[in-house]
Amino acid sequence: MIDVALHIAALAIALALLCNGWRLFRGPALGDRILALDTMVINVIALVLLIGMIGGTSTYFEAALLLAMVGFVSTVAYCKFLLRGDIVE
Amino acid sequence: MNDAFAYLVVGLTLLGAAFLLLGSWGLVRLPSTMERLHGPTMAATLGVGSLVLASMLRARLQTGTWSTHELLIVLFLFITAPVSANMIAKVHLHRQRMTDIIEPAGIAGEPPNPDDGDWATFEAPRPSIAASTADLKRLPDD
Repeated sequence: MIDVALHIAALAIALALLCNGWRLFRGPALGDRILALDTMVINVIALVLLIGMIGGTSTYFEAALLLAMVGFVSTVAYCKFLLRGDIVE
Repeated sequence: MNDAFAYLVVGLTLLGAAFLLLGSWGLVRLPSTMERLHGPTMAATLGVGSLVLASMLRARLQTGTWSTHELLIVLFLFITAPVSANMIAKVHLHRQRMTDIIEPAGIAGEPPNPDDGDWATFEAPRPSIAASTADLKRLPDD
């Protein structure tokens, strides 16, 4: 029962990633693209967690945590660059 | 007890996946950028939260001990999601004023102007201060 639910959830997250990809290519504003990338990172974190649950290991936990950190930093760096023309002033 | 946990894992997993899908669908469906910010920042964060809870309960089912280190992920996401949403909103406001972005009229209408002056990102650069280090031709002598 749990395995079926996990696979349904993985399918839903794959659909969510497709939605994000559509917004990433469509735009139209740059803010939309940054937002789509940020959402993609969140969805990938969820997908990595799901893979860990399906495999029954906790090996993937560190990958999810690192993605959370790197995704946030990249979003903020991109926004700072667009706002100020520079990342570290 | 184990059956209750299994049902809880299934429910939380499906709830989390539904939240993530709804958040991303909002990103596609909503009319303007400021409204599109709402879907991912709230729904996607909640979705990851329920998936992490499901993962903790699943680990309890499999190993018999509680594991709490997954909470680190959700703690980090709950802290960082508002910050990144704020940064994206600032970028959008900034680029909307500085360039010609034609936005469709959203439900909420135009973003309001602050009463005194302008948003901090729109302040005209003072000539004595370089706007960025890329503009610095040389370091000041003093």
